[in-house]
Parts: sequence; C-alpha cells; structure tokens
Amino acid sequence: MKIVVCVKHVPDAQADRHFTAAHTVDREGVDGLLSELDEYAVEEALSIAEAAGDSTVTVVCMGPEVAGDAIRKALQMGADAGVHVLDDALAGSDALATSKVLAAAIGTLEYDLVLCGMGSTDGMMSVVPPMLAQRLGLPQVTLAGKIEIDGSAVRAERDGDTGTEVIEAPLPAVVSVTDQINDPRYPSFKGIMAAKKKPVTRLTLADLGLSSADVGLSAAWTVVEDVAARPPRSAGQKITDEGDGGARLVEFLAGAKLV
Amino acid sequence: MAEILVLVDHVDGAVKKTTTELLTLARRLGSPSAVVLGPGAESAAGTLAEFGAAKVYSVPVPEFGEFLVVPKAEALAAVVAAAGGPGTVGALLVTSTPEGKEIAARVAVSLESGLITDAVDVQAGPDGAPVTTQSVFAAAYAVTAKVTHGVPVITIKPNSVEAEPVTGAESAQVVEVPVTFSDLAKTAKIVERKPKAKTGRPELTEAAIVVSGGRGTGGDFSLVEAFADALGAAVGASRAAVDAGWYPHSNQVGQTGKQVSPQLYVACGISGAIQHRAGMQTSKTIVAINKDPEAPIFDLADYGVVGDLFAVLPQATAEVTKRKG
Repeated sequence: MKIVVCVKHVPDAQADRHFTAAHTVDREGVDGLLSELDEYAVEEALSIAEAAGDSTVTVVCMGPEVAGDAIRKALQMGADAGVHVLDDALAGSDALATSKVLAAAIGTLEYDLVLCGMGSTDGMMSVVPPMLAQRLGLPQVTLAGKIEIDGSAVRAERDGDTGTEVIEAPLPAVVSVTDQINDPRYPSFKGIMAAKKKPVTRLTLADLGLSSADVGLSAAWTVVEDVAARPPRSAGQKITDEGDGGARLVEFLAGAKLV
Repeated sequence: MAEILVLVDHVDGAVKKTTTELLTLARRLGSPSAVVLGPGAESAAGTLAEFGAAKVYSVPVPEFGEFLVVPKAEALAAVVAAAGGPGTVGALLVTSTPEGKEIAARVAVSLESGLITDAVDVQAGPDGAPVTTQSVFAAAYAVTAKVTHGVPVITIKPNSVEAEPVTGAESAQVVEVPVTFSDLAKTAKIVERKPKAKTGRPELTEAAIVVSGGRGTGGDFSLVEAFADALGAAVGASRAAVDAGWYPHSNQVGQTGKQVSPQLYVACGISGAIQHRAGMQTSKTIVAINKDPEAPIFDLADYGVVGDLFAVLPQATAEVTKRKG
C-alpha cells in the first residue's frame, strides 16, 4: 500500500504562542514541533503499512524551513520519505489555500490512502481533511476512532454524541483519525539514525503549477482585523476543606445565583 | 436586507437549542432563513419562526442519513445558490460541531468563499458585513476577523449567545429546494449505527452547567454524577479519565474533545493542564476541587476548594438538594 500522511509543524502549546505584526501566527520565532494530533495519523499509517507489508509511508508538509522538523520526526518514527512544500509566498495562507497546495503536492504522488490528524493544535479548525477530499475528488472518512483496511476499502468507526457510526468507503480515500485511535510510538535510536538518510523532496509553488496569487496572506479570503491579548483569568477565592468545604462551595454558588 | 442562512440542527424536525442561538445572531446581520436538511421542515417551522426565521428552505431527502457529510454540504451549497448567492446572501451560519465544521469547509470550497470557524460572537460591521470574534490559543487571544470573498461561511460555538425569541413572530414559509447529488457524495456509506444509551442529562456543549471529573476520581464518577444531577448539569471528563477508560470520549472536555462555555464549570480532581483548559477556559464561572493546592486549575478558578472530592462533593450535593427542596 502507498500511504500519504499530511503533517503540520505548529508552535508548542506549552510555550509562548503569539502573532506577528501582520496578525499571522508567528511560526519562526517560537519553539515548534510536529502537531501532536498528526502523530496519531503517522502512527496509524505505520501500523497499516506494517500489517500490509510491501508498503510505503510518505509524509507531506507545507511550511517554512523550520517545518522540516515535523517531517524529520515522522521519518524518525518510521515514515519512508517526506515532501516539503516551501515557498515564501505561502506565508499567511488560509485553510482554503493550504488545502489547495496540499492537494497539488499529493497529486505528485501515487497513493492508496491519505491520512490526516483530526485538526492542528494551533488553528484547530479541522477543515483541511474534508477540503482535501473535495479537491482530490476522493471519499471522505473523517474523525475515525478506529479504522480497518479491507482490500480496496476502508471501514471506520466515528464517535458522535448519539452513538458511533460505522462508515465504509472504497480506496483511495482521505481518512482523518482522532487521538483515540492508537498510541503513537516514540522514535527508537535506530529510527533516529535511519531518518538521516531518508529522502525529503522540496517543492516550490512553481513545481506544483500554482501561482503566488493563489496563496499567502494577500490571497486569503478572510482578514484578521485585530488580535487582542486577553487578560489571564485571575484566581478568585481559595479555601481548604475542614469538614465544611462542600457547604461553603454551595454558599458561593448561591451567592452567584448559580444555584 | 441581506438574507442570512442558518443550517438547522434538528432530529426529525425537533429543533436544537444551538439553532435558536444562531437565529438570534442571524437577526443582527439581516433576515434569517433556516435550512432544514432531511425530513422535518414542517414540524420545525413554528420554532424556527419563533426565533426569527422568515423562510425555511427544505431538502427532505434520505441521503443525509445514508452517507457521511458530503450530501449535506452539496445540499447546503445548492440552497445558497437557490437563495441568490453572494448578491443576496449575507452569510451562512453553521454550528461549530465536528460535523458542522466539515460541512462548512466543503461549502466554502464549492462556493469559493472565505471561512471562519469557532466564532464566539458575530456583529454587523460598519458596512453591514459580519465581523466575528474568536477566542484562540486556549483563550489567550481574542481575534476579530471578516470574510473578504464570496458568501461568508461562519461556524459558531454553542452557548455564544442567549437565544431570544422575537415578539409577534409570523409563521415561516417553507420552500422545498431540489438537489441532485454527485457520485462522490455517495462514496462514504454509513453502514451501521451503534446508539449510545441516553443519560437524561443535558448535552455537554449546550448545558448551562458542567461538572467534570478527572484523575482524582480514581475511576469512580458516582459523586461527580450525583452533584451534576443535583444541579441539572452535564457530566464532563478530563482526557486522563477518558484515556483510562473511566468515561466515554464523547464526554471529554479539552482540546481533543469538546470545548464548552457554560455558565458554571466545576472541575473535580482535575489538575488543569493546558489540554483541558483549552476546552473550558471561557466558562463564565469556574469552580475547582482538588487535593493539590498547587494544581494549575486553581489559577483559573473563581472559587477553589483544596480538599478531597470524596468528602466535598457529597456535602455539596446534599446542600444543593436541600436548597432546591
């Protein structure tokens, strides 16, 4: 099987995250890493590849130079190759442009399955997988907590509020997976060493037949007018339970007219 | 006046609270028209009109229950076109559920329109076009934005506004819109549904009060549930509790679960890691119970109790029951 996994390099949520003067996410002046939710997609690809045998896993990433770290982490986990789309014109792209670029990059590859995470930990829009499916003209099987590849079809379970839906679709398909699906492996020392020799293809917009007019901040179909830091919540009262904690809690709630 | 389309959340015509909230917001931007996908438009029309819908577009076909997401996206795009597209339609509002965002995403691509997700507020800007507010990076920043191309497609979080009915609402006209689905729309088939037992508790993202349990419960959610039931609240769970198998993922509050913004959020035995905070940080009032006085959750809490939830919760439940009785 030939599996493609889309990954994103994001600012570390445990560290400082902020915006540039142009109101875009600062991706270069911060600590970044492979988006945690994409690790589940990489892991799932590796498991499927191992079970099927004679398979390859290629990760595709759009981002500045530093985004190569996300590709490297996936290669260290065991992916076979990477594709890095980078071009100065891409900075500030909206989700619509991102999905257009990723679809074009995926279009340069042969694949049976495109895997994605459930959303990036910075934007958390969760819209790129359905947009990719639409642009590639492929079935969309998204937010799967469990998947099985059965010959030329995929069978998935998708958890919702009222229950679980079981979905079937023919391959090739775009599948996104949640953090319930598996436990991503840590790269082994052997994996870290092996990653250094794995190929990473670098592509520009011109390589994809796209114009800078299609992407980037100036082409975006939304504009951010203002970004305001919200004052952090200040801690309120704190008491220690001395046998009356529950009662005092309810007194507080009653005072706030919440009970 | 611009026509503002609102995708209705419903079960066979029974309209959900989120739709009444979206219609309330839609009234700020223009004249609301509700869109009912699947059967039920006639039963829904009364409630939809009560919250301001002047018109109800209906696509009562079975495909929405048979195939994943794509039929809804195609039908919605067809309704926007039938309503007149960018010239007449001022915005398309969809609730920010996982499915809602996927539908909105595909509609934005089809209509070549800008997309804003997870808005917590929408107002009419100086030119009448919608201006949204989003709360990003675990509520560290408030972002103000607009769509600049096509019909603004905006997804809105539940509990962003208090729904207000209109006085003297007229009944809404129901208009059926014919839709032909592509072959692609029928490729991801829903072959089985495993329903979940109903708890009788409110839905997590819509509830006014949420009581959540974490690692500190040690797997025993009975006291969390009892307190929730005394308050008429929904029950949430931290990622640690869900990963341990103590509670279903559909109750998870956090970055990879549900994001909630209730009037009151009670965190029991939850340390307050950023993954959890991203799911509840914008709650109006936050209360925390934790044995560890240094737990980060106390930095967020309006009222914190350092103590054992096994002692605090039963007492609190009894107090609430006494006051309500």
